[in-house]
Amino acid sequence: MIGNFIGVLFDGLAYGSLLFIIAVGLSVTLGLMNFVNLAHGAFAMVGGYVCVMLMTRAGVPFLATLPVAFVAAAVVGLVLERALYQRLYKSSPLDQVLFSIGIVFMSIAIATYWFGASQQPVSLPSYLRGQVHVLGLDLGVYRLFLIVVVALLTLALQYLLDRTRFGSQVRASVDNATAAAGLGINVNRVFALTFALGSGLAGLGGGLGIDVLGLDPTFPLKYMVYFLLVVSVGGSGTIKGPLIAALILGVFDVAGKYYLPQVGGFVIYALMVVLLLVFPAGLYGRRA
Amino acid sequence: MKHARSLLVTALGALAALVAIPPAYGQNTIKVGVIAAFSGPFADYGSQIEAGMKAYMKEHGDSVAGKKVELITRDTKGPAPEVAKRFAQELITRDKVQFLAGFGLTPNAMAVAPVVSEAKVPMIISNAATSSITTKSPYITRVSMTIPQIAEPLAQWALKNGIKQVYTVVADYGPGIDAETQFTKTFKEGGGTIIGSVRTPLQSPDFSATTQRVKDAKPQAVFVFLPAGQQGISFMKSFNERGLGEAGIKLIATGDITDDHVLEAMGDPTLGMITAFHYSAAHKSPENEAFLKAYAAANDAKAGAPNFMAAAGYDTMHVIYEIAKKLDGNIDGDKAMAAVKGMKWTSPRGPVTIDPETRDIDQTVYIRKVERVNGKLANVEFDKIPDVKDPGKK
Repeated sequence: MIGNFIGVLFDGLAYGSLLFIIAVGLSVTLGLMNFVNLAHGAFAMVGGYVCVMLMTRAGVPFLATLPVAFVAAAVVGLVLERALYQRLYKSSPLDQVLFSIGIVFMSIAIATYWFGASQQPVSLPSYLRGQVHVLGLDLGVYRLFLIVVVALLTLALQYLLDRTRFGSQVRASVDNATAAAGLGINVNRVFALTFALGSGLAGLGGGLGIDVLGLDPTFPLKYMVYFLLVVSVGGSGTIKGPLIAALILGVFDVAGKYYLPQVGGFVIYALMVVLLLVFPAGLYGRRA
Repeated sequence: MKHARSLLVTALGALAALVAIPPAYGQNTIKVGVIAAFSGPFADYGSQIEAGMKAYMKEHGDSVAGKKVELITRDTKGPAPEVAKRFAQELITRDKVQFLAGFGLTPNAMAVAPVVSEAKVPMIISNAATSSITTKSPYITRVSMTIPQIAEPLAQWALKNGIKQVYTVVADYGPGIDAETQFTKTFKEGGGTIIGSVRTPLQSPDFSATTQRVKDAKPQAVFVFLPAGQQGISFMKSFNERGLGEAGIKLIATGDITDDHVLEAMGDPTLGMITAFHYSAAHKSPENEAFLKAYAAANDAKAGAPNFMAAAGYDTMHVIYEIAKKLDGNIDGDKAMAAVKGMKWTSPRGPVTIDPETRDIDQTVYIRKVERVNGKLANVEFDKIPDVKDPGKK
């Protein structure tokens, strides 16, 4: 019984890690930059396709494809930011929603045109598959891997945003662009780099997520709810908020499906409603 | 209201008749309206069906009974009953199609049924698998299958092979519930026990909790019905990762989960999986070889591997060609339906008959196992249940 519970907890944390990985990029573009970027999934999909194409067509090992996925999505993000996104920073959220959902539909059409509508094959290297036995528990190797990646990623991002000069510039530019510019910060460049960072993280998440989530052209729409869930419950402006939110949602989702399968799929949404009622600005919201 | 509507329909009909001059006899083409999803999440449905139709036309020539056959495709982009209905009306009144075909999704087929009843245009269902569709209009026939038609023989096969305790896992939507209902019914009638059942949300990306529950319940087998693609892959990965197979639990399912079109993409997790289905691309027969050859010749590489929908598209064209031959090219709705009833032929999937009473297809259901054949994953048939009728209409 207790073994079951620990198993559920582990699966929940692993699932939460996955939610965080696919949503962390959005917590940068939406959370930090305040841009309602529904096209987050499109950047994740770029990363996903880069991984799959490198693995299946060029035979590159899985782990080596991940940095490429990050860079590719970041470059696409940078180009789109300079060409399109930057024009809408000052627009109303509704305009941003309409604009970014347009990007989503275009990305779906482009992916269908290039890669076809079907699922892409993903097979992980054998050292990331199967289970390991730890203290009488069977733990999935890929799940452990996801948890470790999330821990490293969180530390790195936290450091980047809180401790570095670039991090302070980002926060200053977001809070008051005029004042930041007056202090000599090149706001345009900071925004462009931050957006590229968010897109790159999306791409990385897309690459890491394909084993569980699969990859087809509808990816950006199919998982949009999950991205938004994590960032809205977590609150904008931090990395910690979405992380805690993702882990809570992950654990409750798995526990709900295990102990109460009849209502299992519903738990995660009920929890979102409750959390948002109690914390309207998200768990760690900076702006109430 | 009802009166007004029938008046409107009459008026539309009259208008259609006026526009229809010169009469259909003068036409030198047989036009087939193909309504299906060619983009969006169900884009594979339409493209597979069309690829199968093209394969038939490549093999048998693009004219029959002295008339050229022309396909006119319309993209519903997904389940969109109103759109499908409008396309059907336009195709019939404006393009003067003599047949409607395609229909990957049940809601779209259902919406078009009243239109073909009114216009007396034969409608051939190339995929949509809800049992009741053919009862909605006397002008509908189906060349694909129904979900109960597959679930019933699978339950019988399981019982015959010593499986007495099953856990069911189905996606929580119409077809999933149909599959669960039929499987449970047949399995219980045959003396089996269902020791647990779960319905999972349609978008569920993670099956860890579900597979753990199944493992804890220790059934002899788990019956699964999930949409092909990501859902099926996720479930199987979870099934393998948790070692359910090593725990002695068999995985049985209807064959759409190991769809030939996506099987290669699903990869090794599918190996050893037992499914019941009416068509496998690995079916050994001269008819299937001819189909595969024509499919490859008629379509570019992007079309991917053919699956049951492509085979159904191929059979759709067979039915149209046979009707055209019998009626010498002069297509009339009632005569066409009379011709289709009881029609027998050897399809790429094996021997099939259009049931004269239900206009649904009677066919052999095969039990298959996923294996690697010449380096490629394939659904290899190893047992069969011949002449299965749709149990939904018994």
